[in-house]
Amino acid sequence: MAQALIEALNLQVHYGGIAAVKGISFVVEQNEIVCLIGANGAGKTSTLKALARMIPSSGEIHYGSERIEALPGHLLIGKGMALVPEGRGIFARLTVAENLAMGAYHRSDKAAIAGDLERVYGLLPRLKERAAQVAGTLSGGEQQMLAIGRALMGRPKLLLLDEPSMGLAPLMVEKVFEVVRTVAAEGMTILLVEQNARLALEVCSRGYVMESGLITLADTSAALLADSRVRAAYLGE
Amino acid sequence: MNMSGREKLGLALIAVALIALPFVLALAGTAWVRITNFAVLFVLLSLGLNIVVGFAGLLDLGYVAFYAVGAYVYALLASPHFGLHLPFWVILPIGAAVACIAGVILGAPTLRLRGDYLAIVTLGFGEIVRIFMNNLSSPVNLTNGPKGINRIDSFRIGPVNFSGSDTIAGLVFSGPIKYYYFLMLVLLAVIVINRRLQDSRIGRAWVAIREDEVAAKASGINTRNIKLLAFAMGASFGGIAGGMFAAMQTFVSPESFVLNESIMILAMVVLGGMGNIWGVIAGAVLLSFVPELLRYTVEPAQMALFGKLLVDPEVLRMLVFGLALVFTMRFRPAGLWPETRHRREMNENRA
Repeated sequence: MAQALIEALNLQVHYGGIAAVKGISFVVEQNEIVCLIGANGAGKTSTLKALARMIPSSGEIHYGSERIEALPGHLLIGKGMALVPEGRGIFARLTVAENLAMGAYHRSDKAAIAGDLERVYGLLPRLKERAAQVAGTLSGGEQQMLAIGRALMGRPKLLLLDEPSMGLAPLMVEKVFEVVRTVAAEGMTILLVEQNARLALEVCSRGYVMESGLITLADTSAALLADSRVRAAYLGE
Repeated sequence: MNMSGREKLGLALIAVALIALPFVLALAGTAWVRITNFAVLFVLLSLGLNIVVGFAGLLDLGYVAFYAVGAYVYALLASPHFGLHLPFWVILPIGAAVACIAGVILGAPTLRLRGDYLAIVTLGFGEIVRIFMNNLSSPVNLTNGPKGINRIDSFRIGPVNFSGSDTIAGLVFSGPIKYYYFLMLVLLAVIVINRRLQDSRIGRAWVAIREDEVAAKASGINTRNIKLLAFAMGASFGGIAGGMFAAMQTFVSPESFVLNESIMILAMVVLGGMGNIWGVIAGAVLLSFVPELLRYTVEPAQMALFGKLLVDPEVLRMLVFGLALVFTMRFRPAGLWPETRHRREMNENRA
């Protein structure tokens, strides 16, 4: 069995008295692409934010050989965990290049950063064309690419992607997922949160289905795509 | 910093003009030197608030509280009130430190707040500090209440007392002129610190937090500490300005630290151009001088034209002030002299 990169045990998230995530356990192994699918409000984003230590939670989170549930969120990028937040979270008034530089904020290896920048530009040539442009003026799809590119600038081992298809035109969604596929093909471990279940399952090897704060199904993507419950509830068949 | 010959020349000319300025102003009356000093004080305050509002994007409506803390620290340590007469170079750092602590006290519980909510809490904080100053006269008389503290010591460097005049080489250095030069030195230091901060890792972290806090944190920025640092640094500058205010006035009372002052300082930052040091300086100078100019011109003008006073200068002052803000926001929404980033964004939105 491959080594687990991140594992949650009985993870719970509460907002005031309301439980958004009610005790879920899952694992993402090294070099795996795993998705967390489910309807709006199922607790997917809360789960991802809890893993990235952006919101408080209870339960255990194992990352590599460490327990990270007590760590502050800003330390995780240094440990190789990069979050691409919901709604992209780009720095709207900074240029594309400045945004990418912020992705390497925690690093001091200038030569390596310059190399990574070239790699990101190679992967996302659109960003190179717009390097000097203010990020807030990019299209939604370009902003999503920028958010992914910024995360890659941190040289992560694990990429947490929160709804990369959100609010994008179908053509742009295709392009963004192409990037996700390319990054995955290079050996990146990815945990993908998506409402667009079909797309997500097509990219991932395994998936978890979340429903009102609980994981109700867990299987390989192929099995989930064939499952009658998934087909009825999430694939519109 | 690499500068061309022309820039160096320009800078030298500005320096000469600023050095000569108080003597030119003194010809029109010492009052004008005093007015200029207060304008510089407001420039210092605006630059301090600019760190919080302009750099880090945290709306602070209670900034005058730190000015008050600095002023009272000076007043208590250099007046007959407690019989303490420490030298100013000891008190100013103490005032900055106490204001800095006050900044952290305000910052810590408000870390999760943004925008409107933060504005309301900071506004409350400003008022709390003022009300404390107003009421801490019993059972132990700490602040002397609404009566304030008077007979505060002026600055003194060796034999030179800032309250009196000295004649050096035929030039009369009045008290306000001496304060002017001191203020200019402090201002220079504050500008240098601000520029350094803006271009530093800390400056970039502030910008990132201003734009998107979650993404900033995900990029490895310790958002809590960096926000507290903004509050602490802004507050320290306010504290230093407060100390100088107390010494220049030789009197402090809670009345000098009302909400209006906070709003005035914020208006200077916004009008000039949030985030841009030079814009903020321009805003502060403009909003400090225009009311004074009105005060000295409106009354005589009306007397000459109508033979009586129709509109009180104070009323006109608020009118002009309001109009200036409305027109700035309508025609130059990023301020008179905006930060490059703001300007860039505005232009591209229009394109």
